[in-house]
Amino acid sequence: MATVIELPIETYAGPVDPDWCPGCGDFGVLKAVKMAAGRLGIQPKDLVIVSGIGCSSNLPGFIHAYGVHSLHGRAVAVAEGIKLANHALHVVVTGGDGDGYGIGVGHFIHAMRRNIDITYVVMNNQIYGLTTGQASPTTMKEVRTKSTPRGNPEPPINPIALALVSGATYVARGFSGDPDHLAQLIAGGIAHRGFALIDVFSPCVTYNKVNTYPWFKQRVYKLEEEAGYDPSDVMAALHKSFEWGDRIPIGLFYRDEHPIYEDSEPALRRGPLVRHPLRPERAVFEELIEELM
Amino acid sequence: MREVTVGIGGAAGDGLDKTGDTLAKTAARLGLYVYAYNSYQSVIRGGHIWLRVRIGERKLTSHGDHLNVLIALNQDSIERHAREVESGGAVLYNSDRLKLDPTLLRDHVLPVPLPVSAITKPLGKVPPVMQNTVALGALLFLIGLDFETAAGVLTDTFKHKGQAVIDQNVAILRAGYEYAKEHFVPLGYRWTFTHVRRPFITGNEAFAIGAVTAGCKFYSAYPMTPASSILHWMAAHADRCGIVVKQCEDELAVVNMAIGAGYAGVRAMCGTSGGGFALMTEAIGQAGMIEAPVVVIEVQRGGPSTGLPTKTEQGDLNQVFGASQGDYPRVIIAPGDVAECFSAVVTAFNLAEKYQLPVIIMSDLLLSEHPETIEPEDLRYDVPIERGELVTEWDESKGRYKRYAFTRSGVSPRALPGTEGAMHTAATDDHDEEGILISDVFTSPPVRRKIHEKRMRKLEAVLRELPPPVLEGPEDAEVTLIGWGSTKGVIREAVEKLAEEGIRANHLHITYLFPFHAREVAEILRRCRKTICVEANYSGQFARYLRAETGISVDAHIRKYDGEPFEPRYIVERVKAILDGRPLSLEVTEEEAREIAYHYIRTHLDEDARPGRISRLERDGFEEPIWNVEIVSRETGRKRGRVLIGIETGSTYRWEPEEAAS
Repeated sequence: MATVIELPIETYAGPVDPDWCPGCGDFGVLKAVKMAAGRLGIQPKDLVIVSGIGCSSNLPGFIHAYGVHSLHGRAVAVAEGIKLANHALHVVVTGGDGDGYGIGVGHFIHAMRRNIDITYVVMNNQIYGLTTGQASPTTMKEVRTKSTPRGNPEPPINPIALALVSGATYVARGFSGDPDHLAQLIAGGIAHRGFALIDVFSPCVTYNKVNTYPWFKQRVYKLEEEAGYDPSDVMAALHKSFEWGDRIPIGLFYRDEHPIYEDSEPALRRGPLVRHPLRPERAVFEELIEELM
Repeated sequence: MREVTVGIGGAAGDGLDKTGDTLAKTAARLGLYVYAYNSYQSVIRGGHIWLRVRIGERKLTSHGDHLNVLIALNQDSIERHAREVESGGAVLYNSDRLKLDPTLLRDHVLPVPLPVSAITKPLGKVPPVMQNTVALGALLFLIGLDFETAAGVLTDTFKHKGQAVIDQNVAILRAGYEYAKEHFVPLGYRWTFTHVRRPFITGNEAFAIGAVTAGCKFYSAYPMTPASSILHWMAAHADRCGIVVKQCEDELAVVNMAIGAGYAGVRAMCGTSGGGFALMTEAIGQAGMIEAPVVVIEVQRGGPSTGLPTKTEQGDLNQVFGASQGDYPRVIIAPGDVAECFSAVVTAFNLAEKYQLPVIIMSDLLLSEHPETIEPEDLRYDVPIERGELVTEWDESKGRYKRYAFTRSGVSPRALPGTEGAMHTAATDDHDEEGILISDVFTSPPVRRKIHEKRMRKLEAVLRELPPPVLEGPEDAEVTLIGWGSTKGVIREAVEKLAEEGIRANHLHITYLFPFHAREVAEILRRCRKTICVEANYSGQFARYLRAETGISVDAHIRKYDGEPFEPRYIVERVKAILDGRPLSLEVTEEEAREIAYHYIRTHLDEDARPGRISRLERDGFEEPIWNVEIVSRETGRKRGRVLIGIETGSTYRWEPEEAAS
């Protein structure tokens, strides 16, 4: 096994500074993504960050790597296309809760059941920030927002439970208030062979006055520090995924090795598609024509 | 020209498509041309298939207007189609099961009863579907096709099932052939067999093979008729051709995956019909914005909404033109025949990569699903592959790579992810040359103006590269027929028929819908005496587009939106009516009244009922004239009642059982 040469965080310094609000949780996530890539020694040319639309989805523009800033809810699908076209690349999807758990929830679920080898970092602020403060799929029940002045009537999506039952093989939750811990989770996800979800509590300091840094700091605890917790036990993970209240777990919920989608594609055994010769062999072409005769 | 049209009618599951395929391939191997169209008739009970196989010594471009031989696999097919068989023809049927009422036949039509069990008795127990093979054997004799060639086709078809199955099929085919030889006189077709072997291929197969030949490595789709057969072909050939074929959760994923793959540097394509395309539209604009190459095939079927899933129409033009918000560069190609389906994909991939934009290919059920013989050279191996300007490495010390560099041509050399030094973000928010967003803090009207102009400018070069349409036929024609897409062949044939009747017509066919050769087309149209736009939709979407682009309104329209494709005679008759100044009648014809009655029988009555005599009543208690369709018993011929159908509205006013009617 080749030794990893770690790269400094400056390797990934983007062309412009983020335009997020001062204090936004996404700063911590951006830092953690860079730290994770650096720890794994990933060259910027081999890293593709794909996002959708939302405050957090502007992240690819703030990092020195390849990036696609795609449509609202479609980042996972675009990322799957990139991965299948060139599976030598490290493909990381970054976005928000509205993007991934709302408008894009279909792609999210199907990508997990495929266990395609991409890493999904969801900056979950439980609010729509870029559109100035409407309820999101993870806004807690009864919370008042611009679109729910009487209080949110719908209970939130549970992304960890959803990921576990949908077939994700690496399921974690981080907190942007602890970038070192988060970087470790993201690095684990990128290194993991299969679909990795890292749901991140990334507070919106402008529009979410409920789920604030202090709110999380009082509640979160690390599963790694929980005696006897076994992240290979999916039922234990599912049990933990429903813990929400005075104590909220973060860390690695679940990890397991399963065949990845790419293993099922015979074409990919000959290396990344993008490097295959374009034309079919003449003999193959002639067989195709002969079938028509 | 010598030609024959064979109609095969039966229920789904009768295996008639295999029979049609064997017939078509036999004719094709003999060097004849074939054009087939499979129509799912809704007028006949039980779900019915009506396959027409037209065979001739010259290239055929439609399924034509004729019916020379009917192979009826069930009673419905006899009732519905026996009367259409032209003099000199024949009706083949299994006389063990079916009855042929001789009064249905025109003069000099040969009834060919085939006692299938007696014919196959020496061969032991044979499955019921083998009645088709008996009929096919008899047909070969009657229309003068070579038995051994057909046996060869069967041998190849059943090769994977082993010698016993081959032997049984060939023996049954021979039994049918010999029976006909013993009992009937051939119909008098004398062919010149050139034995030039030609591919027999559908539009969708041509799209798929064209894509593979042009280097397509990624195909994504969600099942939707009539695009699904591209997916099926791709899936069946994926391993041999080294393609990744992805069936996705929805069309949103389909197109976004294809765009992702195109961005990452493989030639990527996806296919769908109108409903799926509606879901794809936002992403197609995204491909225009991030300048990712992708090819999208839109196979139209009858709309609106879920519409007519197994019927043809050209009704999605407005949707394709209107796809996605804002202005963005894209190319829209509408191949006119199966050979052009192959070349359109090759062109589409080259344009998509050279100009870094989405290319949409518009087809329809007719073009995509019908098979025809094409020339072997129409399917070339060594197609041109042009990938456009690619940056393979970038020296960062010389400054940041500009993914969207403002160039004179508008094309900015592309770097694929993985390229050393050329890191950038491909952004769907508008951006500057480097890909940095200009939508938020860096908003800059002049940058926005220049990047928008850069993107759109690419179309100027695309237009220069595309061949302008040409007017086919005499310059001084009395009438010009204008078409796009799948109507190319049928219009060409209508023009020939018009010439036979002394009407000089010519034909302007548009293949490249966008960007559009507005100047060239306007120049052509200004020289034309009378222009008629032929298209398979209700509102004349293409005629309106033509007016928008050229300022020229066509003089008349021929439109069709009943789900069935145009036939040459239909166009000829409409052209003559237009030239004579006769207005189009939308009244229900007698033939249509029979079909409406069949529909009523299928939905409300029973197996025993069929339409009988039809008469016209001027008023019968309704505010319009009425078709009075007698419903009779199949078994006894006894009158069971009548169905009253409005001649103007088509309303089925009433079913009157015989007791009430008398």
